Amino acid sequence: MPDGAQETGIGASVRRFEDQRLLTGKGTYVDDINRPGQTYAHILRSPHAHARIVSIDTSAAVASPGVVAVFTGEDMQVGGLPCGWQIHSQDGSPMHEPPHPALAQGKVRHVGDQVAVVIAESAHEARAGAELISVDYEVLPAVMDLKAAAAGGTLLHEEIGTNVCYDWGLGDEAAVDAALAASAHVTEIDIINNRLIPNAIEPRAAIAEYNGATSEYTLYTTTQNPHVIRLLMGAFVLSLPEHKLRVIAPDVGGGFGSKIFLYAEETIITWASARIGRPIKWTAERSESFMTDAHGRDHVTHASLGLDADGRFTALKVQTHANMGAYLSTFATSVPTYLYATLLAGVYTTPVIFANTRAVFTSTVVVDAYRGAGRPEATYLLERIVSKAARETGRDPVELRRLNMIQPDAFPYATPVALTYDSGNYQATLDTAERLADVAGFAARKAASEAAGRKRGLGYSTYIEACGIAPSAVAGQLGARAGLFESAEVRVHPTGSVTVFTGTHSHGQGHETTFAQLVSDQLGIPIESVEISHGDTGNVQFGMGTYGSRSLAVGGEAIVRATNKVIEKARKIAAHILEASAEDIEFADGSFTVAGTDRSMAFGEVALAAYVPHNFPHDTLEPGLDESAFFDPANFTFPGGTHICEVEVDPETGVVEVKNFTAVDDVGRVINPMIVAGQVHGGVAQGIGQALLEGCVFDAEGQLLTGSYMDYTMPRADNLPSFTVATETTLCAHNTLGVKGVGEVGAIGSPPAVINAVVNALSDLGVTDVSMPATPQTVWRAIQDARA
Amino acid sequence: MQDFSYRKAQSIAEAVDAMGDADDGAFLAGGQTLLPTLKQRLAAPSDVVDLSGIAELTGISVSGDTVTVGAMTPHAAVAASGAVRDAIPALCDLADGIGDPQVRNIGTIGGSIANNDPAADYPAACVALGATITTDRREIAADDFFTGLFETALEDNEVIVSVSFPKPQAAAYMKFPNPASRYALVGVFVARTGGGVRVAVTGAGEDGVFRAGAMEAALTSAFSPDSISDGQVGGDGLMSDMHAGADYRAHLVAVMARRAVAAAG
Amino acid sequence: MPTVNMSVNGRPASGEVEARTLLVQFLRETLRLTGTHVGCDTSQCGACVVHVNGSSVKSCTMLAVQAEGAEVVTIEGLADGDSLHPMQEAFRNNHGLQCGFCTPGMVMSAVDLVNRNPKATEAEIREWLEGNICRCTGYHNIVKSIQEAAGNMGG
Repeated sequence: MPDGAQETGIGASVRRFEDQRLLTGKGTYVDDINRPGQTYAHILRSPHAHARIVSIDTSAAVASPGVVAVFTGEDMQVGGLPCGWQIHSQDGSPMHEPPHPALAQGKVRHVGDQVAVVIAESAHEARAGAELISVDYEVLPAVMDLKAAAAGGTLLHEEIGTNVCYDWGLGDEAAVDAALAASAHVTEIDIINNRLIPNAIEPRAAIAEYNGATSEYTLYTTTQNPHVIRLLMGAFVLSLPEHKLRVIAPDVGGGFGSKIFLYAEETIITWASARIGRPIKWTAERSESFMTDAHGRDHVTHASLGLDADGRFTALKVQTHANMGAYLSTFATSVPTYLYATLLAGVYTTPVIFANTRAVFTSTVVVDAYRGAGRPEATYLLERIVSKAARETGRDPVELRRLNMIQPDAFPYATPVALTYDSGNYQATLDTAERLADVAGFAARKAASEAAGRKRGLGYSTYIEACGIAPSAVAGQLGARAGLFESAEVRVHPTGSVTVFTGTHSHGQGHETTFAQLVSDQLGIPIESVEISHGDTGNVQFGMGTYGSRSLAVGGEAIVRATNKVIEKARKIAAHILEASAEDIEFADGSFTVAGTDRSMAFGEVALAAYVPHNFPHDTLEPGLDESAFFDPANFTFPGGTHICEVEVDPETGVVEVKNFTAVDDVGRVINPMIVAGQVHGGVAQGIGQALLEGCVFDAEGQLLTGSYMDYTMPRADNLPSFTVATETTLCAHNTLGVKGVGEVGAIGSPPAVINAVVNALSDLGVTDVSMPATPQTVWRAIQDARA
Repeated sequence: MQDFSYRKAQSIAEAVDAMGDADDGAFLAGGQTLLPTLKQRLAAPSDVVDLSGIAELTGISVSGDTVTVGAMTPHAAVAASGAVRDAIPALCDLADGIGDPQVRNIGTIGGSIANNDPAADYPAACVALGATITTDRREIAADDFFTGLFETALEDNEVIVSVSFPKPQAAAYMKFPNPASRYALVGVFVARTGGGVRVAVTGAGEDGVFRAGAMEAALTSAFSPDSISDGQVGGDGLMSDMHAGADYRAHLVAVMARRAVAAAG
Repeated sequence: MPTVNMSVNGRPASGEVEARTLLVQFLRETLRLTGTHVGCDTSQCGACVVHVNGSSVKSCTMLAVQAEGAEVVTIEGLADGDSLHPMQEAFRNNHGLQCGFCTPGMVMSAVDLVNRNPKATEAEIREWLEGNICRCTGYHNIVKSIQEAAGNMGG
């Protein structure tokens, strides 16, 4: 290994290459970009949750100073925003897919729905123009309550005759009912998984530009997956061929799922840029982010868990109403089905499971994947009901978990809900977490809290998730309308430096560093010689983007495979120059050596030779050193772990303070421990946010009450402790690197640990349930109710 | 935000004149409430008159048993003032808990009380300490100054010059912040003075800051946390929203009052 | 339109602006200093924090005309050439940033804290950051970064 490789190779906490520019104000986010002749778009939005548009008068806006153009839905007759995943109901019928227009067509269906766009010389003028548009609405009743909407009443999309998108099932209901009936004990629970608003700190933004000379569109946009945007917008909405639409995602300020989806605004300005022949910029104000970024979660669930006399789980039955919002967002339909119900086995050996999900349209912002996407909902349900079952049957919650856990020697393990776990050791993460959380010392800490008038509690979550999305064959069987592979190109330059093109996109995850570590390690070249390029469909061959903790497990594996191809090609070149057979060339530490000799070439020398092929036998050896690979995984990956939360509650006020949070996760092989820990920190903060702070609230008329940071509680530094984070590693069995993915584990594992801790703290006051978010008022009321 | 004419006044007289000339003028103090209001297009003044150039409006002085804070003095200056801390430490603590550090660096006491946000902190201190608000034309007792939600006794174009706080025998402020905005969901300022105990509650009342008479009476006879009970301030007349129903707010008033009494010692 | 003059990152800067122009708009749009970000419209997220006359303020909640004659320092003015300010270096060393969008405001706020309170405790650091929202890091490594920088800033 060359000098210095130890510090940058796999397993090293390499400091990030991204940071120099981001720390000095030299990052380039979409709103930092300006194009010559640029205009500004302002979207006029519906003030009503549900209304018929009787008429729109834009004449005053058109005449307003600086206004270049005004368009309404009548002008923009294009395709609807598509949904990428088709679900079938239990009766075999396909889900209902009502149109999802970028600009409203006759009706608005949530507060914030797009009614018109005003394009002007300045943002101020665009906004002033929008205020002059007069819209005559016939206000209709808002469709707000999930179960009531499912039952009928006012229809949001009359043409489908129902508010239910699909009524889906997974598992053998009859077998589950029989097993529950035969169980010694059945624990029932009603759970609400609170609606969250993603709140990446960079608001969405886009600039669209049309080149009349070449008929090419360029769209700069805040997306996690530029190629997906190009495909969806080009093929399904605007009928533009891929080679005429270039999508660029430069530095992007956080996504958490909310920047996966194809949105109306970027579509509207792309379409309009050709109409007006000038670039158009749109930047969301935060209040627009609140009412238009796809929200997350929002499940209402009833579940039953059967236990036999020994405490072994016999069956689980889960009935969920999932809110879709007003339309189907890009991947909305997959979240409460295949990303949710398939995780309901958790880390346990529950033999039979049945899940039923009814997806419902309401007059609210669309709901789609948000960090974890379905898996947090499954984990929260499971880990709450397991802790409740322990209380009800007088068992220790940890012992009940251990009793039902899949054993470390049981892999591969096929669950009753369609997944086969490849590897794991849940007991190891639990053991380590208990040690790091100093569970042994909890009783003394609880006594000290008690003496100070406070209630202290400990809560557990032993979770699993499926990520590394996704094996295309499986996804396709389940209804995905796209492949979920990833691509990479490794381009070696004549002087031996390397540019890696990846179809994943980094918006905080540190790909420029982690991926460089992979390639530097594999090629034995300095990490500074490796550049990672991403986020531009004009540069990168193809890509499915970044979500579902897939970038390393799928995208990283594609890079490894492309790099292997580079090594094989380089081996042939070295063999030719060293006058040996390729089979005799060994590659190690960045050098190609004829086995058993001292004749060798450094990687850089081979690279130069590849581009100076003066004596190549061109019928057998092509010049150049540039290889690509597409990787489609054989299975999902299955990170898992144990989260333990310790809280202290002030029973007088209901304030919950997280005193300690311990996360021990198995994310497979760790490439950069510093980045992995950072991902866990951020995920845990979002999980604690969901558990204690965050919750989207609409009133009965569909007005968003939590429409700004004045009312939507974002986790701030003083809401959180420093975290204790560690890893326990089992390797993924079906990728070369053995990696599983880390982006979502924190958000998936943590919420039930927090709520279980709060319930545990208050159990001697008689509290058995506290809902999320466990705000001071919620906790105080739970205590009052228990005392009453 | 609608555009406006901007004028930075160099004297109180100039400020008053500029406002008199304006169709619909607004004084700009620190701007930490005014500018967000303008950005939300909740107000659209024709003229904005900036008071930051008027030297006499800024500064802190302690004379005898009175702390006087110039209207344009930022919260951070009050929080960091040794003279104020020696005289009325509760006032420093209150100032140190307003908004966030960036708001405290630029937001002012005059701007805060002129706006009289029902969830602002300073009104509680003014009322509980029996402060006197000095304007360009008169002195107003705090009890008479705060007249309702975002309403004060200030006349058109009247400029707050300073706020004078008499030093209490003991005082403390306890705030229970709104989890999201961090404004006071309930804030209770308790002051033991020669004239009895005064308790002012902010964040909770439908009409803004108010005095809790039953608590004052109970504390005047025995200045102890045990004198406070939940019924002394009832839910009637308290705000109710998704963060706190009126009953919860009423309960928090008692809890914060007890803790303030304990802290005041 | 009013003309404003101020010092930005040690250099004189001036421009004609509408009265309603916010300091952040003057910095980003007139001076093209796009390191200062806008993350909300209610003066809470702190992505826009800069220093005005040595104190951290939210440049989205200050008019450009209010900064007339002031000394303004933005994230672009913190490093000394290629050599990062100790706070920037500590953020890099401790992975105190992920997406980087809140980072400029976070760093400027943190520098103001350490200037005022070089020995700030973890609790004091967390309290000080009340006006800076980060969605990526869970603040863990931001707190670590500030603690390390405080040691290196001569505190």
